[in-house]
Amino acid sequence: MPEKSPSVLVIDTQPARAAIIEEGLRAAGYERVDIITDFNGIAQRIEASEPDVIVMDLGNPGRDTLENMLSITRAVRRPVAMFVDQSDKQSMEQAIEAGVSAYVVDGLRKERVRSIMEMAISRFNAFSRLERELENAKSALTERKTIDRAKRLIMTSRSLDEDSAYKLLRTTAMNQNRRMVEVAESLLLSASLLGDGGAES
Amino acid sequence: MTTQIRAGFLPLIDAAILIAAREMGFAEEHGIDLSLVRETSWANVRDRLAVGHFDAAHILAPMPIAANLGLTAIGQTLIVPMALGLGGNAITVSNDLHASLGSPPQGQPAESAEALARYIESHRETRLRFAVVHPFSAHNIELRYWLAAGGISPDQDVDIVVLPPALVPDALAARTIEGYCVGEPWNTVAVLAGTGKILTTKSAIWASSPEKVLAVSDQIARTDMDLVHRIIRALTQSAQWCAASDNADALAELLSRADYLAKAKGDIISALLGPAAYEPFHGAATFPWQSHALWLYSQMVRWQMAEHSAENAELAASTYRPDIYRSALAATDVPVPTANAKVEGALQSSAHVGAKSGGQDSALLMGPDGFFDNRKFDPDRLEDYLRAQSNSSPSADLHI
Repeated sequence: MPEKSPSVLVIDTQPARAAIIEEGLRAAGYERVDIITDFNGIAQRIEASEPDVIVMDLGNPGRDTLENMLSITRAVRRPVAMFVDQSDKQSMEQAIEAGVSAYVVDGLRKERVRSIMEMAISRFNAFSRLERELENAKSALTERKTIDRAKRLIMTSRSLDEDSAYKLLRTTAMNQNRRMVEVAESLLLSASLLGDGGAES
Repeated sequence: MTTQIRAGFLPLIDAAILIAAREMGFAEEHGIDLSLVRETSWANVRDRLAVGHFDAAHILAPMPIAANLGLTAIGQTLIVPMALGLGGNAITVSNDLHASLGSPPQGQPAESAEALARYIESHRETRLRFAVVHPFSAHNIELRYWLAAGGISPDQDVDIVVLPPALVPDALAARTIEGYCVGEPWNTVAVLAGTGKILTTKSAIWASSPEKVLAVSDQIARTDMDLVHRIIRALTQSAQWCAASDNADALAELLSRADYLAKAKGDIISALLGPAAYEPFHGAATFPWQSHALWLYSQMVRWQMAEHSAENAELAASTYRPDIYRSALAATDVPVPTANAKVEGALQSSAHVGAKSGGQDSALLMGPDGFFDNRKFDPDRLEDYLRAQSNSSPSADLHI
């Protein structure tokens, strides 16, 4: 960075996401990065960090509050123009799709803003992917538990060993062209409706 | 032929026309597959409309004007071919403040403003904090109008902060604010929770005043005016349905759903029938009066949110498109005013005004549309009005 690097303020209610954006910005050579994860005393904190760029998640209901602080009550000494470049609709669209908004000090070089925004957008997208994977992992775990419980139910009700119970479940699913977990779920549900003790917990 | 339309909204009572248009089949009847997306901030609604994620939106009446004046976000021209009702806000304060003001009657904003001015004068050591939901909202504008008429400077004597509507009753309960001007159901919610009292209402400050509007990008209007017309016809039918008292129960049921307002049906009914009830249809409640746009503009100029010029005034007025509304309903039996603008505050009681209904001359029962301080706004004499209105707020540089 030949000239003084712009200071970036990341406002995000998800600390984990704020952290990966900060890390990305630092890796790209932006040394002045601040993070705010809650709105308490935000005006003073913005004033203290004097940001050139503010990055904020779109899911944050505090966006209107922030915009008001920036444009009306002048909590920030310097006027802040909204978004990267008023004519650059495409980058704004990408930002909105990724779930991120930005506020920029007027006069900041466009290329600078663009590189910060590209970083924020890619990190937001990466975070969404992570979240989805985590969600999938969580549901995989729940599915395995459901199948285990169904298996135990079959073992007791049909007096089968574990391996045979599992095979029975799998064959049933295959024959009915359903997922094993679906068969397991309906088995547990019906057992609970019939008052069979196996479906509790 | 069915056209898909995606519209954004915030969970408020006056999103009712859009919600009922989808759920009661009015949109479908006009060949529109209407999907509704609940948003968390007005800024999101505005931006997603600007980049084309939304084809239409439930939006604060001054916001499309602000967007077209270049005061916010990116340069996408928005038009307002229809309003989404009149009234529906109130100024709610904490129980303590209400008692300190001597519990003035709700219908007397002059009395409550005077009481507040006296209170502020004798409590100079602290500044009361009021919340609104957005700077470019009718709430902010009417709160400021009411304060200023009572001799209170909205910028120097009190603090006005912005909070998302859903958080406002909690902020009042926690006393981080002492009052707010916000749309329903959030006034009723505080009253029912016992944490606040309605001090006065939007319709007491300015009767039959604009609140939310339907915004669409001018691109749609340029490429498919027939679609805009169909949207207006569907929403007009929906507005009539929402306005029928027989439907209040069904409407409350719809609005209370988890994907809409996610509030108890009882709260919604109280809000629909309460002191800050809104008017979805009668008295040309969905007609986009250019005099409404210009009055909102006059207040934006007053509080230095916008700079006045003849060009800006024209931009503000032409954001609202009564011509489109009129063409859309020309072949229906819905009475539509023949004028594009009116003298606001001229009707101290209800009166019949000239209208067309299915191409025939007819009359439409309008108003009253009076301001509580009896001032009148003649859109043809904007300059005079701007000159005459007090502005006790000094340039912002002075009090940083």
